Order: sequence, then structure tokens, then C-alpha cells
Amino acid sequence: MDFTLTAEEEAFRDEVRAFLAEQLAPGVDKADPGFLAGWHRAVREKRWVGFSWPREVGGGGGSLMEQAILKEEMAKARAPSLGSCFMGLAWVGPALIAYGTEEQKQKFIPDILDGKYQWCTGYSEPDYGSDLGSLQCRAVREGDEYVVTGQKIWTSIAMWSKWIILLVRTSLHEDDKHKGITCLLVEMDSPGIDVRPIRNMGGGAMFAEVFFDGVRVPVENRLGEEGQGWRVTITALAHERSGIAEVESLLRGLEGLKALAAETGRAEEPAVRQRIARVETRIQAMRLNGLRALTRQIRGEPLGSETSVNKLTRANLEVEMGDFALELQGAAGPLVAGAEPVADGGRWQRMALGWPEVVIGGGTPNIQKNIIAERILGLPKD
Amino acid sequence: MNFGFTEEQELLRAEVRKWLDENCPMDEVRAVSEAEDGEGFSRDHWKAIAELGWLGLVVPEEHGGAGLGQVDLVVLLEETGRSLFPSPLLSHTVAAGALLTVAGDAQRTRWLPALADGSAIGTLAVQEEPAAPGPDGVRLEGVADGDDVILRGQKRFVPHAAAADLFVAPFRGGDGLALACVPADAPGVRAEDWPGMDLTKRLGRVSFDGVRLPADAVAPLDEASLQRILDLGTTALTAEMVGAAEGAVALTAEFAKQRIQFGSPIGRYQGVKHPLAEMHVDVESFKSLVYYAAWCLDESPDEAPRYVSMAKALASEAFARIGIDAVQLHGAVGYTWEFDAHLYLKRSKWARPMFGDSEFHYERVARLGGL
Ligand SMILES: Cc1cc2nc3c(=O)[nH]c(=O)nc-3n(C[C@H](O)[C@H](O)[C@H](O)COP(=O)(O)OP(=O)(O)OC[C@H]3O[C@@H](n4cnc5c(N)ncnc54)[C@H](O)[C@@H]3O)c2cc1C
Repeated sequence: MDFTLTAEEEAFRDEVRAFLAEQLAPGVDKADPGFLAGWHRAVREKRWVGFSWPREVGGGGGSLMEQAILKEEMAKARAPSLGSCFMGLAWVGPALIAYGTEEQKQKFIPDILDGKYQWCTGYSEPDYGSDLGSLQCRAVREGDEYVVTGQKIWTSIAMWSKWIILLVRTSLHEDDKHKGITCLLVEMDSPGIDVRPIRNMGGGAMFAEVFFDGVRVPVENRLGEEGQGWRVTITALAHERSGIAEVESLLRGLEGLKALAAETGRAEEPAVRQRIARVETRIQAMRLNGLRALTRQIRGEPLGSETSVNKLTRANLEVEMGDFALELQGAAGPLVAGAEPVADGGRWQRMALGWPEVVIGGGTPNIQKNIIAERILGLPKD
Repeated sequence: MNFGFTEEQELLRAEVRKWLDENCPMDEVRAVSEAEDGEGFSRDHWKAIAELGWLGLVVPEEHGGAGLGQVDLVVLLEETGRSLFPSPLLSHTVAAGALLTVAGDAQRTRWLPALADGSAIGTLAVQEEPAAPGPDGVRLEGVADGDDVILRGQKRFVPHAAAADLFVAPFRGGDGLALACVPADAPGVRAEDWPGMDLTKRLGRVSFDGVRLPADAVAPLDEASLQRILDLGTTALTAEMVGAAEGAVALTAEFAKQRIQFGSPIGRYQGVKHPLAEMHVDVESFKSLVYYAAWCLDESPDEAPRYVSMAKALASEAFARIGIDAVQLHGAVGYTWEFDAHLYLKRSKWARPMFGDSEFHYERVARLGGL
């Protein structure tokens, strides 16, 4: 074990810190559009957008360790995101790099890096959520086109996206349902697409239903081979992170919880202290699990269980922290931003109504537990 | 950055596991620990592991040990924990760690080679009351008499008290805290083991009835050093808990694959599968914490206390639940003496309060975290 950085890594960290100190000088308004435009230009020039991607496609070719350093420093400085095309950077890009044709790479990757427009993700359907492999949205080949008919749901930011990465069924494989799934890249303004936003329990509308009625998609917009869609998705999703950014944000939440306990005069209560210490312990365990996973990745060993372990831990923490912060606020807990007694500008209330994004999106706790039990402990599938 | 083990450490793990599998599988664990007039461990095992170098793992080479660090020790203890190996190894190693923390040259020269080659069994005699040990709990009294010190009082909850040849015991003297190295055969020392739940672990009492020690058997001890000794002990114990908890999860998962009810292995049912997944999450979590704590003890001592306490806090509560669930998920056979599940449950009961339970350590985490 050794937690020191090499000289090159130290130098890289110093470079990141210096850059962040210059960009994020005290007093800058990180929400100002002018500032953000300059920020995105600057980080793009440094090739920190798509930092882990190969340099041939315009990425930064950063090592795993450098990525971890960059993420940690960014999170600590509360910097704006690296790039603005969230899903493009998270999984569409990695899927393109792994399975895309030369034309597809040239067409899409520069725009993802430049944040020209948004991508959304069309996997879940009304009847198939956790059981994604059974999805039914149909695509029928007609000449050089696929004709897509069906429905997606919970599609985050569908109403603001130009493209969707879509999973469709191209054949019914009785023996293996996954073999009938194909991945298509579809332009959202294609005729026959209808997007209807859905309001969530926090009052906002970030996700939508997306209806496809005879939508024509050129065959060149198929990602990977026909029937390979499941593999394409798995690869893209496996581009998982060690959770460094999430841990930094949880640690900030922890500091907030401690401050809240002090402000509400409850920091001396043993039950309160125990609960906060439990949260702290779980966050640190998550951080260290992430570092163990990173070590394995650096050594080129297959990833173990850490991803699912950390997903579960994080899900529990999101729920617990928001809920506990509300409890600490007593009768002010169930008020929302704008009400005079609410602490911290309503941050905890947003957390207490926003956790499903983390807990349900990307696989529910029960599904994570199935994965751990079946793939790691070797228990039979249910 | 590298949060993993070296090749040498992986080799050590493989060797330890191999020796334990061959020489102390579960039927041997039972034979040794259940023996009517036994000591709770086997002297033959003791000799063998002394030769393998396990007893002097963290003792410097100049004193006959292997001169390895806390992370290496974690590797060894994870494996002895997994096997529920009945042995004074843990408390013996912690006693050596205490000597290394504060003892002067005379005591090091006298005891460390004997601890490393196993000719003396050491134990840390720190606790007096059932509550977690700490500086405030030290009541054993030492009164100066010329150059000598006379010890009066007792230590309780002392691991392997009856078998130990050396008690490393904090006491309160005229100038505050100090640490005594007390040979078990010194006049006025009396030691006995109490009957306990976990037959693989002994706890007992040592009374010091006017025990006369020469000045060089005593070392000054400040609160920080005592705390460090306790942190070394806590970490070593938590490492054993990692292995034992993993053993319990593995045993129960294996059972869940074999036992058929309603036409399929019970491990298919989520009421069985999900608790097992949660156990795995918990063990992975306190495992990461104890690995880091061990590294800190050698390389970043200022950070160590927080991580030591986080690891033990989580280990204590998680292993306690794992012990209970392991029995419960076996059904009635889990309640039998014959099946092994209860051995882990008993180990979890033994380990939970040692060096402080989860409430104790969460409170310390809160305090160290600025609350
Ligand atoms: C904020 C948010 C954003 C999202 N964004 C997107 C997006 O952009 N694109 C997209 O495609 N999807 C998105 N999703 C959908 C998300 O992936 C699904 O909600 C998730 O996979 C669960 O599917 P479901 O909602 O249909 O629940 P279901 O699968 O119906 O599950 C309902 C309950 O049953 C449990 N359950 C289901 N199967 C099992 C089982 N085998 N064993 C035990 N328990 C089981 C679940 O754990 C859950 O508690 C988003 C969801 C949220 C909340």
C-alpha cells in the first residue's frame, strides 16, 4: 500500500490546482452563462473533456490515476462539469469508441466533446424497467432503414435532447431475449417522435415519456451489429467511475449535516452524534472501496464487487442524509425553499425529495443486491 | 497510489491460509477449543506458528522478529480470523506492539526475542471493567519502594490470562500512567481464565497482590501512547473480524446453495439472498476501513485514530448482525452444536465489546470529526 503520487502525478495535480485557482477566483459567479462558456472552452482546450478517451478521437488519453486526480480536484473546488453533454460523455461516447464506425465517431464525438447538444437515453419502458432485457419497442428493417414503433419512459432530459441512444427489439429470440436487442442512434426531431414530460415528486420535470410511431432511422445510425445492442449497453455502462466525485459531494453533505446539528443545538445529543458518525463511516468506507477498485483497474485486474457495493452504499446515504437533515430541522423540516425557518436555502428538502435519481435511476437497490449475491457470492439466479 | 497488497503480502496470505487449512480445519478448531482440560489452544500449533515466524511478525529483526508492518499483520490476522484459529496469537502480538510503543531497552531485550520465538506467551492486560478500556479506566496501582515498584490491584478481561507468561499492564503510579512488564511467575501474580461463550477465545483475570518489579520493568506511559497501544490492538482485532465475518458469509452462502426448499436452493429466494448481499457490503466496507487504518498506523499516525474507530465501529455492529443472520439463515440446524454457524455468532459476541463496541467508537468518530 502506498498513497503517495509519483512526481508526474504530483505535477499534474499542481497543474489542475493552478488552473482551478485561476478559473474559479473568489467572487466568480459559476452560474453566469458568460463564465460557463469560457470555462467549457478552457477545459476543452486542455483536453480534460473526455479526459479518459483516446487522443485519436479528441480525448485526453489520461491515465486512470490522472482521471482520479482530476475528478477529485474538480470536486473539491466545486468546479462546473467538464463538458456539458452529460450522457454523451458518460456512456454514448464510450459506446461509440468501442462499437462505432469511423463515420459515426467523426460525426458524433467532436460534438459530444464540444457540448454542441444533448443526448438522452432510451432504455426503460413502461413494462420493462429492472427487467430491461425484455424490452419491446420494435424496430423493423425496411431497405436501408429501421422503422421504430413503441414507447420509452423515464427518459431524462428527452425534451432538451437532439439525439437519443435507443434500445429496440429487432427479433424475438426465444432462447436468449438479449440477442434480439439492437442499439440505434436516433435524431429526436425525426417525424413520428412525441415527447411528453413527466412531473416528479419534487415538482420539476426532468424526465419524459417518448413515443415512437413509425420513426424511420437510417441503417448507418445503428451502433454495433444487429442483435448486439445488449453488449453495447453493458460496455457503455461498465465505463463506471470509482465514485470519487460522488464521495466528495457526500463529504460536503456531511460537513453540512454537522453544521446543521450545531445550528439546531443538537450536536451534543448522543443519538445525533452516533447517526452522524455512522454517515461519516459509510462515506469513508465508500471512498476507500473506490480506491481499492481503482487499484485493481490500474493493475489491469478485473473489477470486483466494489461498483455494486458502492452503489448500494451511496443509495443508502442519499436517503439517510436527506431524511436525517429534515428530522434535525424539526417542524421546519417539511417546509421548502422560500419558507423563513428552512435551513441552507432548502438544500436538504431538495435532497429529501430528490434521492430517487440516485437510488432508482441506474438500477434499484434490490437489483444491486441480486447482482452481488449472484455474481459475487454465486447464489442461483431468481 | 496503490491500495492493494504486495506480492509478498499475497504470498504470506496464501501460506497462512494453506497452513491453517492443513493443520487447523474446523474439526481441529473444535477439538482444540472444546478439550475438557485444555488451555483453549494447542501448544503444538504454537510451536509450529512460532517457527513460521507468525509470532514475531511485527517484532524488529534485531529482536528476532520479521520486522514487518501493521498491514502485513492484517493479512495474517484476517486469515486466522477466517479459520477461527484458537490461539493467543492476537493478544500476544498486541502485547509485543505495546512493548514496541513504549518499553525501554532492558524490557525489549528481555522479552521481544522470547515473544518472537514463542518461548514466552504475552498478553495485553489493559482492561479492568466491562466497559471499553482507556486512560481513565486504569486503576491498577503502583507504589514506589526504593527503586522498585509494588503493584496492587487487578486486570480483568485479559485474553488468555491463564496461559500467558508475560502481562503487559498499564498502571497508575506516583507520576501518572506507566506500563509494567510482569512475568506470570512473579510472586503475587495470580491468573485464571473465565468460562466464555466463544471457546476459541479465552478471557480471564489477573490479580497483582503486592507484586514487586524492578524499575527497569516499568516504562513511562502518556495518554497518547496508551491510546496508540489501544489503536494497535483495535486494528488487529478488527482484522480478525474481517476474516471471521467473511467466513460466516461464505459458510452461509454455501449452505444457501445446497439446501433445497420449495423445489429450489434457498439461495434463490431474496429473503435469503439479500441479507447475504448486505453482509457482503458491510464486510467489504469495514475491510477497506481497517486496511487503511493499518496503513495509517505505520505511515500516517495522525490520521489513524479516526479510521481505527470507524473500522471497529462498523465491524462491531455489522459482524454482530452477520453472526445472528448466519444462524437464522441456516434454520434449525444453525441452532445445533454440530453445525458451525454458532461458532461465528459466538466470535462476534466476543469481538464486539473488545477494545470498545460500536457506540464507543462512533462517539470517538464524532469527537474526532469535530462534533
Ligand atoms: C430520476 C430517474 C431518471 C431516470 N432516467 C432514465 C433515463 O434517462 N433513461 C432510461 O432508460 N431510464 C431512466 N430511468 C429509469 C430507471 O432506470 C428505472 O426506473 C429502473 O431501472 C427501475 O425500473 P422501474 O422504474 O420500471 O421499476 P421496476 O423494475 O418496476 O421495479 C419496481 C420495484 O420492484 C423491484 N424489483 C423489480 N424487479 C425485481 C427483482 N427481480 N427482484 C427484487 N425486486 C425487484 C425494484 O427494486 C423496485 O423497488 C430513470 C429513473 C429515475 C428515477
